[in-house]
Amino acid sequence: MRVTVRLFARLRDIAGAGELQREAPAGANVHAVWASLVSEFPELSAYEKSISCAVNADYSRFTAAVADGDEIAFLPPVSGG
Amino acid sequence: MALTAITTAPLDHGALVRSLDTRGIGAVAVFLGLVRDNNKGRRVLHLEYEAYEPLALRGLDLIVTEAREKWPNVRMAIHHRIGRMAIGEASVAIAAASPHRADAFAASRYAIERIKQIVPIWKHEYFDGGDVWIEGATADPDDTGAREEALRIACA
Repeated sequence: MRVTVRLFARLRDIAGAGELQREAPAGANVHAVWASLVSEFPELSAYEKSISCAVNADYSRFTAAVADGDEIAFLPPVSGG
Repeated sequence: MALTAITTAPLDHGALVRSLDTRGIGAVAVFLGLVRDNNKGRRVLHLEYEAYEPLALRGLDLIVTEAREKWPNVRMAIHHRIGRMAIGEASVAIAAASPHRADAFAASRYAIERIKQIVPIWKHEYFDGGDVWIEGATADPDDTGAREEALRIACA
């Protein structure tokens, strides 16, 4: 299946793009999508413990299953205000 | 004017206050967050804010809902600006109206604390000598400890 990955702030800088299209195996969860990105961009691994994730613009969990066409966002620690 | 917004336009806190229903209201607290000229010993030149806009807007809506649960008589509006901002410009504006001042102050304080906890917005600081992404809290709206901390600060 195909998913859209959204990256922000420093994560976007590391990957060189804020939006990526990636293949994910059937039954994959959010963490599997992240792990695949880390193997592609090893510098992302520093964020393993501090990121949040969202599926289709709603906060989610790394154990959540992903579906074809989902938008998976990885969010570094926030700094609004 | 929408009560919550993520916008690239300069913030107008007067318009924000006027957007609130002030029937029965005796106090309005307005909080503005400004781009400061220094941070951790660095001379800041300007900031660029980035957001995951749909989720950031939902985050602001959630904060308004949470504030309403805690202070049922408070009416609140929050606008957060994104994009490039110069020193002294407002990046966030919060207006909290209530019958009496205590709840207006508390609710506005709660809102800015929660923004810093759960709203997916990031500031990119350009300073004299380089640039850096500022990273604060790992966002988790379901973290009750964080919410309680925001309430504790608001009610201190």
